Amino acid sequence: MGLEQKLGNMGVVTTTLETAVNWGRTNAMWPMLFGLACCAIEMISTVMPNNDLSRFGMELMRASPRQSDLMIVAGRVSRKMAPVLRRLYDQMPDPKWVIAMGDCAACGGVFNNYAIVQGVDEVVPVDVYVAGCPPRPEALMHGILTLHEKVKKEKIKDWA
Amino acid sequence: MTYIEKTVTALKEKFGDAIEQVAVFRGETTAWVKKEVVVEVLRFLKESPDLRYTFLADLTAYDDWPEEPRFKVAYQLREMTGPVNFRVTCAVHGDDAELPTATGVHLNANWHEREVFDMFGIKFVGHPDLRRILMPADWGGHPLRKDYPLGYEEVEFTFNFDEIEKKKPYAKE
Amino acid sequence: MTAEAEHQLLEATVDELKHLFSPRAETGETMVLNMGPQHPSTHGVLRLIVELDGEIIVNAVPDIGYLHTGVEKNMEAKTFLKALVMTDRLDYLNTMGNNLVYCLAIEKLMDVHVPPRAQTIRVILAELQRIASHLVWLGTHSADIASQSVLFYCFRERERIMDICEMVSGQRMMTSYIRPGGLWRDVPAGFEEAVRDFLNYLPAKLDDYEALLSRNPIWLDRTQGIGVIDGETALAWGITGPSLRGSGVNFDVRKAMPYGGYEQYEFDVPLGQNGDVYDRYLCRMQEFRQSIRIIDQALGKLPKGLVMTDNRKVAPPPRSELGTSMEALIHHFKLWTEGFSAPKGEVYVATESPRGELGVFLAGNGGPRPHRVHFRTPSFVNLQALPLMSKDHFVADVVGIIGSIDIVLGDVDR
Repeated sequence: MGLEQKLGNMGVVTTTLETAVNWGRTNAMWPMLFGLACCAIEMISTVMPNNDLSRFGMELMRASPRQSDLMIVAGRVSRKMAPVLRRLYDQMPDPKWVIAMGDCAACGGVFNNYAIVQGVDEVVPVDVYVAGCPPRPEALMHGILTLHEKVKKEKIKDWA
Repeated sequence: MTYIEKTVTALKEKFGDAIEQVAVFRGETTAWVKKEVVVEVLRFLKESPDLRYTFLADLTAYDDWPEEPRFKVAYQLREMTGPVNFRVTCAVHGDDAELPTATGVHLNANWHEREVFDMFGIKFVGHPDLRRILMPADWGGHPLRKDYPLGYEEVEFTFNFDEIEKKKPYAKE
Repeated sequence: MTAEAEHQLLEATVDELKHLFSPRAETGETMVLNMGPQHPSTHGVLRLIVELDGEIIVNAVPDIGYLHTGVEKNMEAKTFLKALVMTDRLDYLNTMGNNLVYCLAIEKLMDVHVPPRAQTIRVILAELQRIASHLVWLGTHSADIASQSVLFYCFRERERIMDICEMVSGQRMMTSYIRPGGLWRDVPAGFEEAVRDFLNYLPAKLDDYEALLSRNPIWLDRTQGIGVIDGETALAWGITGPSLRGSGVNFDVRKAMPYGGYEQYEFDVPLGQNGDVYDRYLCRMQEFRQSIRIIDQALGKLPKGLVMTDNRKVAPPPRSELGTSMEALIHHFKLWTEGFSAPKGEVYVATESPRGELGVFLAGNGGPRPHRVHFRTPSFVNLQALPLMSKDHFVADVVGIIGSIDIVLGDVDR
C-alpha cells in the first residue's frame, strides 16, 4: 500500500500471490467437452449467444483432456462409461475441477437402477453440484460462478 | 378378403399345426407359432409373391417368469405398400432358450438379436456376431429378466443417512 | 475400477473383436484405431473402432452402450403415469415426440379416446419439436463439416421454441406435458400468438441458412457422393426417416399410418435421389418448411373443448371438482395411489420422429405397471448401416456420415 503511494501514477498495483494466481485460474478456465446426454444440449445452449459463456472466458470447449482445466460432467454416467470417465479425469493436468451438472451426475437422478452410476462422485471428486433436469443455462452459469468463488478462496498451502 | 385374412389363410395352409393361435387385439393381428418354424414363417411371409412382408420393424422379447414358457419373442412385420402390420410371436422355454437367427431373412435383425441376447439371454443359433451390445462385455446376468433385480440404491432419509453414507463408494483424489 | 481390472476389460474386448476385421489387420498392413466415446464429432458417446488403410476406411465397427440407462426395466417398476417421466429422456431432442408415442400406445391399449383439441395441440407441439431437432441436426452437422456460424444461428432459433415449451409446461426440455388421455393442462393465453410469431420469423432464417450451405462449393465437395446407400438396401437394413427418403423411398409414418389427427393436414414428403449425405440434407431442409405448413393449418383449425379425456378411470378430474364431488375424490385417490390398470395384451404403435420410425411395443398384464415397454428407436436401427455407408471413404467423411444419419445416443442406448 505504501509502495503504491510512492510510485504514484506509474500503473503499478500490488496484491498477494494467491489473489493473482486465483484470478488467472478463474478468468480463463477451459472446460473439457464432456457432454453425455440431455444436459449436454443445455451446456451447448449455455455457450450459445443467448446465454453467452464466452464472457467468462469459457467458450472454447477443448476436446482433449490434456488442454483443459474443468470437466463439466453433463449427463448420466452408465457403468460402461465410468472407467472411461475416470481415465479422462486422470489425463487432465493439475489444477483441475469437476462440476457435476444435472441430477444424474449429482445423484443418479430419475434413474435408480443397475445401469447408472448413482452420482458421479463415486468415480471422480466433485467440486460443485448443479441441480436440475436439465439445469437451465442460467443455473449452470451460477454453478460455474460458484466454482469461481471457491477457487478464489484457495490458499497457497493447497497448491504450492 | 382383407390382406390380413389372406395372410392367415396362407399361413395355416402352409404350416398347419405349427401356427398355434391367431389373436386379434385392438385391431392388431398376432400369429403364435412354434419356435422351430419361426424363421421359415418369416421367409415365407417375405418371399411369397402375394404376401410381401419385406420390412422387419421390430424384434423384441418379453419375460413372463415364473410362468412357462417363459420368453415370448415378437417379430413385428410390415408390408410396405398398404402398409399392413402383422406380428409373429413364438414362445421359448427358459431352460432351452435358443432360437434360429433371422439375419438370413431380414438383415436388420442383427443388432435386434444381439440386444435380445444381451437383455434376456436367448441365444440365436447362426448369428454372425452374437455378443453383448448394451452392457459391458464382462457383465454377468441378463438385465431384463424378471428375476434380475432392478439394482436400485436405497433412498437416503435422515434416519438411515449414516448407514448408507458408510457403504457408498466415494472417489479418492 | 482398479487399473488391473480396467486392463483386463480391454484385453477381452480386443480378442473378441478379431473376427470383425480383415486379415490385413493382423499383419499390420492396416491400422485399427479407436474413435473413442469422448470425441467432438460423434454426437454423444459413440465409440467407433475403425480399421484404416492409410486414411481410407476398410471397416468401421460401432460400439454402443455407453449411455445405456436401463429405462425399459425401470419403467416396469413404476406405474404408467410415473413411467412417462422417463420417456422424455430417451431421445432428448424430441422429448414431446417420445411422450406422444408412449401415450398413444397407452391409449390404444386402454381404448381411450382423446378429445380433438388435445390432438391438435399435440400435433403442433410434435411438429415444433421436429423443427427444434432439425435445428440441432443442422447446427452440429454443419459445425462438423464446414461452418460453425450455422451452429450459433440454429441454437438461437431453438431458444424461441424452448420459450414456447416453457410457456406451456414450465420446463424447457423435459416437459412431460403430453399425458395418457390428453394433455396436462390447457395452453395459456398467448400460446397461439407466440407460435404464429415464430412461424413468421423462421422461413427467412431458413432461406439464409440454405443460401449459406446449399450451393457452397466446400459443402458440395464434402457431402455429394459420400455415404451413398440405395433404397433397396436401406429398406433391407430397416432404415426409416429422412435417411430412407434421401434414397428415394417414399415412406413417412405420418402419411402411411396416420396417427393422432395427421390425416387432416396437407403436407408433402420430400424425397431425394442419390442417397448421399447431400440428399439427406436437402430432405431435412424441406421438412422444416413442411412442418411450418402443418403447424399453420393446425393453428387455423384449433377447436375449443377439453384437453383431457373425461374417462375418469384413466385421467384425473379437474381440481375444481375435488371439493364438491365424492366420485371425483375417489377417482383422484385411486389414480394417484394405485394407478389405472391395463388389460392383458400387446400393442405396437409407430410414429415419425425426426430421425425415423419411433415405435413402442407395450404389453400389459392386468396390473397398474407395464409388463414390458420396448422402444423401437430409429437411431439404433439406422446406425447398423454405418459400416456399409462408410466403406472406402476417408476418416473425415465418417464424421459427415454420422451427422447425416442424425443419431442421438439416448435413442440408441436407451
